[in-house]
Amino acid sequence: MSGSAYQPENAVVVTHLVKRYAKGKTNAVDDVSFAVRRGEIFGLLGPNGAGKTTTIGVLTTAIVPTSGGASIGGVDVAADPIGVKQRIAVVPQQSNLDRSLKVREILTFHAAYHGVGRRERGELADRLLEQLGLGERKNEKVSAYSGGMVQRLMIARALMHEPEVLFLDEPTNNLDPQSRLFLWEKIAELRARGLTILMTTHDMEEADHLCDRIAVMDHGKILVNDSPEALKRMLPGSSALELQTFTERVDHAQISEQIALMLRSLPGTARVDTTADADSEEPGHYTHRLFGDNVHSLIGSAAQAISENGAEVRNVSVKKPSLEEVFLSLTGRHLR
Amino acid sequence: MGSRTRLAFSALLATFHRDLVVTGREFIPFLMQALMQPLFFLFIFGKVLPGIGLAAPNFAALMLPGIVALTGMIAAMQGVTLPLVLDLGFAREIDDRLLAPMPVWFVALEKVLFGALRGAVASSVIFPLGWVILGTGFAVRTDRMFALLAMVVLTGLVGSTVGLLMGTIIKPDQISLMFTLIFTPLLFTGCTYYPWGALSRIRWFQVLTLLNPLTYAAEGLRYAMVPTVGGRDFPTLPLIWILVALPVSVVVVFLLGTRTFGKRVVT
Repeated sequence: MSGSAYQPENAVVVTHLVKRYAKGKTNAVDDVSFAVRRGEIFGLLGPNGAGKTTTIGVLTTAIVPTSGGASIGGVDVAADPIGVKQRIAVVPQQSNLDRSLKVREILTFHAAYHGVGRRERGELADRLLEQLGLGERKNEKVSAYSGGMVQRLMIARALMHEPEVLFLDEPTNNLDPQSRLFLWEKIAELRARGLTILMTTHDMEEADHLCDRIAVMDHGKILVNDSPEALKRMLPGSSALELQTFTERVDHAQISEQIALMLRSLPGTARVDTTADADSEEPGHYTHRLFGDNVHSLIGSAAQAISENGAEVRNVSVKKPSLEEVFLSLTGRHLR
Repeated sequence: MGSRTRLAFSALLATFHRDLVVTGREFIPFLMQALMQPLFFLFIFGKVLPGIGLAAPNFAALMLPGIVALTGMIAAMQGVTLPLVLDLGFAREIDDRLLAPMPVWFVALEKVLFGALRGAVASSVIFPLGWVILGTGFAVRTDRMFALLAMVVLTGLVGSTVGLLMGTIIKPDQISLMFTLIFTPLLFTGCTYYPWGALSRIRWFQVLTLLNPLTYAAEGLRYAMVPTVGGRDFPTLPLIWILVALPVSVVVVFLLGTRTFGKRVVT
């Protein structure tokens, strides 16, 4: 995965990157290598202090690597930061929009900083503001903007110089569900247009929904780097079949034990948890949770086992493993 | 010029243009901020004190260059320091310019150039202001216009480079303390309210003032502005000292400021 040669299909290549800050006791980034393919959305996940921000900082030329290297479109970040700046755009977590300018000017001046011609930048600004739903409020200042609008405007600004790689730092943090969905759509559209996106997020649903590949970082290292589906498959027996049962018979405790025993013997079952539903008013309600890799295929035989024992199935549901569980199993539950 | 260099300079120009647009929109508040203090200084020290006999009648002519220097320097510093402290501290609006395709130190250079322009504009406005307030006390020689222009520009550059250095050193939570600790001594040891030559009676203080670049700016402006008396030039710091000290100060402080700036924005 540490592509030493700059293969053209890779937009971002990070090779044995190490960063130790002047006052740091350990490496903030500790021998990290990965590559982001052109046109993919790559998610960098990890708890606070994992080294994500430092990695992004190196890629966006704000942080100088201690050793190892990184390149954007084949251009080395340390050797040619200006060449890198031409190819990237950054949408930070918190607004850094120019509050002295009007909204449309924020876009046109940004393009001017990047050498985009006057007519071109005016047209592009109008088009992007329209696309991101800000066309009617382009002559205001950002102080009048909501969080969602600010985020959209920062994305519009990032697109003004037509970058190859877009860095998104927790793009939908603190946004209302409408804004979040709108941004997800826009981000997916950008990928469809061939833009490469490297994003960080703490929102596992977002990562699962948007990212083609995800790297989970902790303590300056990359722990895993794969597609969301592959990551979820990493946790064995983590998908669960949940069966709620009921029987009127007085020996319901023995019956449920018998059921659990039979469920356990079903092929591919890793574990079965059985609990009596304490909050139901009549006795005889139980929940069986059957953990396994492919619990879907067991629904029929599980139901059969239950009815054979004289109980009835009241509810069946399948719980898939979430990225969050994968994340927690990799990085632990303790607070940082 | 390579396309890369052209791109960098066009980015520099665009950031300068941005500052022009923003300052142009708040030109009146900018002028009021820059001119309130000199207005009262001119009135009290140039009109009231000589009027009640507490200052010599020609005091106004000696003080006017000092006010031009001080106003230019403060306006230039204010244009750089405060925005920079806030920007590097938390606003981070500067990030957009740091990500433009130019060397990071160009961002600092633009701040210095624009700050110097602010300073030069503020300095220039003192002339009509002085003419109105001082009335017959307003006296400026007109045969050293080139020197005057050069001094106004150098004063602005001194202010903006010092502003850059301060802006990159001060943290937001120290702002008011640092302003007092740095600004106040700078203002009062800069030979703005008194000519350097007259300090010969307090020798240690006279030597001390030579450490302040504002002294050279004020004396340079006295050289360019104070009218001759009986065909004799007013004695100032030797011109060669001024012409060495100001550019050296600008270059040294700019290099220091660029260094600290670089450390703040690239780690």
